[in-house]
Amino acid sequence: MKQGIYTVTEHRALTKDVYLLRLEGDTSSLTSPGQFVEIALDGCFLRRPISVCDYDSQGLTLIYKIVGRGTEAMSALKAGARLDLLCGLGRGFDPSAAGERPLLVGGGVGVPPLYRLARLLLAAGTRPEVVLGFNRAEEMFYVREFEELGAHVTVTTVDGSFGVRGFVTAALPEGCTHVFACGPMPMLKALYGATQGIPGQFSLEERMGCGFGACMGCSIMTTEGSRRVCKDGPVFPKEVLGWQI
Amino acid sequence: MADLKVNLSGWTLDNPVIPASGTFGYGYEFAELYDINMLGTFSFKGTTREPRFGNPTPRIAECPAGMINAVGMQNPGIDRVIAEELPRLKRCFHKKVIANIGGFSVEEYAETCARIDKEEQVGLIEVNISCPNVHDGCITFGTDPLAAAAVTRAVKAVTTKPVYIKLSPNVTDITVIARACADAGADGISLINTLLGMRIDLHTRRPVIANTMGGFSGSAVLPVALRMVYQVYEAVKLPIIGMGGVSCARDVIEMMLAGATAVEVGAANLTDPWACPKILEELPDVMRQYGMDSLKDIIGGAHR
Repeated sequence: MKQGIYTVTEHRALTKDVYLLRLEGDTSSLTSPGQFVEIALDGCFLRRPISVCDYDSQGLTLIYKIVGRGTEAMSALKAGARLDLLCGLGRGFDPSAAGERPLLVGGGVGVPPLYRLARLLLAAGTRPEVVLGFNRAEEMFYVREFEELGAHVTVTTVDGSFGVRGFVTAALPEGCTHVFACGPMPMLKALYGATQGIPGQFSLEERMGCGFGACMGCSIMTTEGSRRVCKDGPVFPKEVLGWQI
Repeated sequence: MADLKVNLSGWTLDNPVIPASGTFGYGYEFAELYDINMLGTFSFKGTTREPRFGNPTPRIAECPAGMINAVGMQNPGIDRVIAEELPRLKRCFHKKVIANIGGFSVEEYAETCARIDKEEQVGLIEVNISCPNVHDGCITFGTDPLAAAAVTRAVKAVTTKPVYIKLSPNVTDITVIARACADAGADGISLINTLLGMRIDLHTRRPVIANTMGGFSGSAVLPVALRMVYQVYEAVKLPIIGMGGVSCARDVIEMMLAGATAVEVGAANLTDPWACPKILEELPDVMRQYGMDSLKDIIGGAHR
């Protein structure tokens, strides 16, 4: 983890409430896809945890959804604005466990942290199957970006306005070697049930206090005892989640 | 040269800055970030006799100039703290630590404190009778002078270490509880714990916190904490560890002027993990600015 000041170089709406924010600054503390940052915002006491979509040596890309006052304040940021970040938080996905045909499943604002993972998996010569789920066509974002990486992408929408009608579990391909997922808890639980026997890694979301393991605000119970989503996760081996299906 | 040394019941601290229990774990998360030996000491995560997972999530809520937590005293239990956390801490922290102890009955408090009593790494015991996040325990003792006195007496009977009782602000008159603890033999008073609060989610129309209510802390509570430290300083002749909303060197000095011998820093560690080193860096300059040579000399200064 490193604290630093980052400059907004690009900020645009991808849908009516999902935004892409590109920041210039030190990314040396980022070590795996699926990690997150904590952003300090004027008028907010706690920092806001946002997953990293992608990064290079110059800066990072965040994609976030407006869900409350903090993200609403973020949406007003202009290019050139300077932000105080804690960067390189949490444990991300381990791409080395993917096998030759990994499955990546993202739901809504759970899609962004899978982007860099997909890029690394393709670079490593695997053939990732990507399933992205949204509520409706107007809420879709980043589908083309995944396709441009060279991944095979299937889209599901709950109302059937684009792609396969239903939840992501309606479009799971057969014969995958490993499942990587990020999305709302009901999606992860359904996916956990639908991919029994296939190893995987799930990224969880939780309200956080600090984001770096000090306050125990985001603890979950796993089959191996209590774990902090911010420090021990947000990515966990799916087997330790031990959900009753 | 500014003199930052203070003394808690015979224990001399290099400076009065102490990360508060529940915001600093058992130390080593922060030891990865800076040399925690620069701190006066720190108060470790509230520990109970048995391991506790704590409350369901969400446990955290944003507030104006503060936050609510309802962690519910998650901790690995006293035996594992002694067997695992303290030895691990010893590798990165060479000072004595404050053992923060919670409980659900007088017997449990006494038993847990008795077990920690033999640990030479512990400088003093901060007995938490004020956690708002567990039912049928802790705060029940902090809101009733007779119960507070009973815990104090029971703990004092089983330990040779200084015993500081950590008080709840969720009472009508804090001086009544402080006096009860003093009369029962407490060596010092630690205050304030968090203020009971809540938030409601407008989308779901339900409380944000799974446990409905939680403890409010952060900059917003500083004036309440100062007032209570000031009152307790007048009520009892015991050293006070003051805390509540402290986030900069000026707040530390203000808390000491109100009557605190040492000062804990809580929520500020969560929004800025380097909050305490920054306070320590500022302190000598701020002291100079206000014509202070020695922090010892300003304790209770606002009462003269």
